[in-house]
Amino acid sequence: MFELVRSNKRRSALLVGGFVVIVVVIGAFIGYIAGFGPWGLAVAIVVSAALAFASYWKSDAVALAVSRAKPADPEAYKRLHNLVEGLCIASGLPKPGVYVIEDPAPNAFATGRNPQHAAIAVTTGLLEKMNRVELEGVLAHELSHIKNYDILVSTLAVTMVGAVALLSDITIRAMWWNGGRVSREGDREDGFNPLVLIGFVLLIVGPIVARIMQATISRRRETLADVSACQLTRYPPGLISALEKLRDDTTVTHSASTATAHLWIEQPMSGVGDEGRLGSFHKLFDTHPPLEERISLLREL
Amino acid sequence: MVIALIIIVVVVVLLVVYAVSVRNGLIRRRNQIENAWSQIDVQLKRRIDLIPNLVETVKGYAAHEKETLDAVIKARNSAIAAPDTPNAQANADNQLTGALRQVFALSEAYPDLKANQNFLALQEELTATEGRVAYARQFYNDAVLDYNNKIQQFPGSIFAGSLKMDTREYFEADEAARTVPTVDF
Repeated sequence: MFELVRSNKRRSALLVGGFVVIVVVIGAFIGYIAGFGPWGLAVAIVVSAALAFASYWKSDAVALAVSRAKPADPEAYKRLHNLVEGLCIASGLPKPGVYVIEDPAPNAFATGRNPQHAAIAVTTGLLEKMNRVELEGVLAHELSHIKNYDILVSTLAVTMVGAVALLSDITIRAMWWNGGRVSREGDREDGFNPLVLIGFVLLIVGPIVARIMQATISRRRETLADVSACQLTRYPPGLISALEKLRDDTTVTHSASTATAHLWIEQPMSGVGDEGRLGSFHKLFDTHPPLEERISLLREL
Repeated sequence: MVIALIIIVVVVVLLVVYAVSVRNGLIRRRNQIENAWSQIDVQLKRRIDLIPNLVETVKGYAAHEKETLDAVIKARNSAIAAPDTPNAQANADNQLTGALRQVFALSEAYPDLKANQNFLALQEELTATEGRVAYARQFYNDAVLDYNNKIQQFPGSIFAGSLKMDTREYFEADEAARTVPTVDF
């Protein structure tokens, strides 16, 4: 189990590193084509980072407000608090804020910029439908997100996506205003420049590729959280049983939105009928691995 | 020539910083073990403190189940008096678990007791506390594993000698503690 956690961490580090490199390359290319040079990429990264990190800093408050989460009363939700405290002892983390969301769909999320400023929220649906060990498994998964600094990782990914999108957007507008001419050096006399074509392709495809990479990272972190959760509880059947219940449950979470989708334990939006080629294309953008896959991975432990 | 000198200085500085961080990491891990050990005690004491309340609640409904209640009180007292060695503690703790299990089995025969809010709350607390004790022991073992790894592997092994750091022992259940206590009706 320790090995699985370590290899997961290694793989996600490689993914994030690769992502940054790819984004920088794409961004640099777009910047070059647009005539902004390296400054274009730099400015885009700075702006995107500023926006992303502002939201990251306040991520706990924002995510909770958006989902209408309320603090869980320690008396009314004794079992919930007890389970969280037990897991905090096991992980050595300080106890995060515990919140409850009125929603019949079973789901949970974790947020917060670091373990000292973290929060966990569960829906009333989850509390009703899960027994003790299952609830503990879900809470362990959420706590693992906090422990592994997944909010930071996903903020990094969002920053990169934002930078590329920003740059691409500005470039397209610049081209539009310039009447199709991209380079500031004026028209070239020496014929067709192939780099410009590549640049155009990247302009369109760049943001999409960045999003796909972001989703891949998100899925990898979800798997890491699953395995870390089992390392915390030393009891995989708990989380397995919870995931099975989630798989069989069809209620849709209303308190979620596309913006917060990646934080929840289960994809809140009902999947578009995942049939055919278009279905597998959609799968690239899934923030969570399919439940069946998660369950069979945990069964191997 | 000057460039080469600057590079060498920078490299040396980086190495020193790294060495310091490794050494500090070892010390931090050793302290973590001490903290984890006392955490186990905290949780054990917490459990012991819940007992008197439980006994009083049960007495209200099942006063003539004297034997079972006495067993619990006796187990609690010996847990308090137990010497501070891991094995003695684990033994006393195990006895207490067994006695408590009998008490909770009692509630099956007394539906009024079973429905009593206080009793239910206590049951939840005791279950949770047993969980905490188990997690505290798990955390201790994890801390020991991490520490042992670091002092045995390079580069920690360089400093381990000068800091007089030896491998630590895991918390292990005694053979007696491994047998599951039976519930008698």
